[in-house]
Amino acid sequence: MAQPRRRRSSTHNQETIAGWLFTAPVLIVLGLFLAIPVGMAAWVSLSDWNGNGSPFSSDVSFIGADNYSALVAGGGLVTQDFGTALRNNVWYVLLVVPIQTALSLGLAILVGRRALKGRGFFRTALYFPSVTSSVAITVVFLFLFGASGAVNGLLAKLSIDGPNWFNDPRGVVHLLLGAVGVDQPPAALADSGMLGVSWWEWLSGPSVAMSTFIILAIFTTSGTFMLLFIAALQNIPGEVEEAAMVDGASAWQRFFQVTLPQLRPTLFTVLTLGLIGTWQVFDQIYVGTQGGPGKTTVTPAYLSYTASFESQRWGQGAAIAFILFAIIVFFAIIQRAALKDSDTVSRRRRMLPARPSAPVESKQS
Amino acid sequence: MTALLPTPQTPTPQDPTTQDRVKIPKRRRPTAASVALYGLVVVISVIYLFPFVIQLATAFKSDADAASNALSLVPSPFTFSAFQELFTRSDFPLWTTNSFFITICVTIGRVFFDSLAGYALARLRFRGRGAVFAAVIAVMAVPSVVLLIPKFLVVNQLGIYDSYAGMILPLLADAAGVFIMKNFFESIPRSVEEAARIDGAGTFRIYWSVVLPMARPALVTLVILSFQGSWNELAHFVVSRSDPDLNTLTTGVAALAAGSLGQGTQYPLKLAAALLMTIPVALLFFAFQRQIMATAEGAVKE
Repeated sequence: MAQPRRRRSSTHNQETIAGWLFTAPVLIVLGLFLAIPVGMAAWVSLSDWNGNGSPFSSDVSFIGADNYSALVAGGGLVTQDFGTALRNNVWYVLLVVPIQTALSLGLAILVGRRALKGRGFFRTALYFPSVTSSVAITVVFLFLFGASGAVNGLLAKLSIDGPNWFNDPRGVVHLLLGAVGVDQPPAALADSGMLGVSWWEWLSGPSVAMSTFIILAIFTTSGTFMLLFIAALQNIPGEVEEAAMVDGASAWQRFFQVTLPQLRPTLFTVLTLGLIGTWQVFDQIYVGTQGGPGKTTVTPAYLSYTASFESQRWGQGAAIAFILFAIIVFFAIIQRAALKDSDTVSRRRRMLPARPSAPVESKQS
Repeated sequence: MTALLPTPQTPTPQDPTTQDRVKIPKRRRPTAASVALYGLVVVISVIYLFPFVIQLATAFKSDADAASNALSLVPSPFTFSAFQELFTRSDFPLWTTNSFFITICVTIGRVFFDSLAGYALARLRFRGRGAVFAAVIAVMAVPSVVLLIPKFLVVNQLGIYDSYAGMILPLLADAAGVFIMKNFFESIPRSVEEAARIDGAGTFRIYWSVVLPMARPALVTLVILSFQGSWNELAHFVVSRSDPDLNTLTTGVAALAAGSLGQGTQYPLKLAAALLMTIPVALLFFAFQRQIMATAEGAVKE
């Protein structure tokens, strides 16, 4: 009786020691380069540290939320830059997320079909842009969208005079409005605004330069998300669609009323990943435009870098990082809530039509 | 529900089509629609590959040819001058060495540490396991761009700014890798380890010579992800060093793109650099294509 119990407790001790030893390297690295840094940055964002010496030295003082208020309520150039960065990124998110989601779903439907010959090749071709480094692909885009680059060469064949993409600060919405004759802002939009940026400027749309980054983002992410959708499509039991087919539902009806509801979990995954990713644009801007032309490609992530490393306003740089974090968390929570909601909805839906035998099968597989 | 019943009597407006579908088991029949769809897939694939084809062609062009015939896929004259310049006038070889050194260190470290921690979290019962796992999950949620300044602060404080240590150590553990390994180890039956334990093997022995060899698919996945991630890493190397001798391919080529080698567009030079730095990842991609596709698809099943 006594022996086995002792052995059990000794293996228990052994496992505790081994458990902590095994996880120690990861915990040390994560703690040292993640947890502590976040704490330090939180302190820096509340201090007037200028990058000289240690942020904990005695000549660095606590200034409360001054860095944060300078960004959102200061009214000066700092606020205006932050507002501009937010404006740029909001347009980027608004355009990239829906387009990349729709495009990757479309691609998945196109190349996910089992009947398609050579679908392996097509998937590889579409996914390849996703594995290349952001630096390399940005360099390629700098050439493609250069003033005399390949894209303008193509446009010239259609006798269209292409813009000087990466050097064009004009907003796309402003350009469209200009095309129908509206090139002066109504006073209501020009005189008031938010974060030092007038409403008219908020509504400018992404600049032509930013639009090029939007195309780049869609180009490099649609392959990854396509794979997620292909996997999800393959998990959908074929019977439901066949049933709908026999019932005489058209292809559109089948897609929107049968396929799409079952893709909801994946759809939300893709939307969440898209939102998180698009709020973090840094590499492409750093390599491509450094925020220009006319600050129209500055993003909060890039602004946080330049504020700290170039302007030595470390407190503001760190504050921008925390605001960005809050924005991302905010959207992630909204997405999560929506995902939970859709989960219960789809489960309820699943119970209604043909699903008597399916659950058993899926549990076994 | 009606779907399960035979349907001939149901009067539907599209009677001919339904009958069609019932009679012919809807296999194949190259219709105009399917030919059009196939054409569409081909066109889209060409669009996705086009930038890389142009890149390849332009790398062998002269500056003048690249500027005046951007669209042409045939370099005239065909020249290696971009590559020559890259290897003689820039530090491209040094960047490549640095990239390989850092990538290999990070990959080995990550695979070892992540699998150790993943094994402990999947198999060992120890006090605090739940807390460790929660911490790992919490870390996964922090967006990396937010950590740029924080990482610099700590690297600077530790006195490892501008050193290989500062470039490598912070990348050594990634929470996602721990997660992947934990999931995989949980799928291995416990009985395998029981046998070894009865034979008197210690915990590390069991991990190292029994469980790890079985985890090959997950390890390959982790190697691919770590290699690709650290090879393509830019932001961390931007904030953890400023010494040009520590440039990796990403920071070096980024400097090239900004015109560090003199004025002019120099597109062949930049594209050649971008082309060469893509090769290792591309090789890895083509070698482990199936694995990569499966990894990406597997993410959906979490």
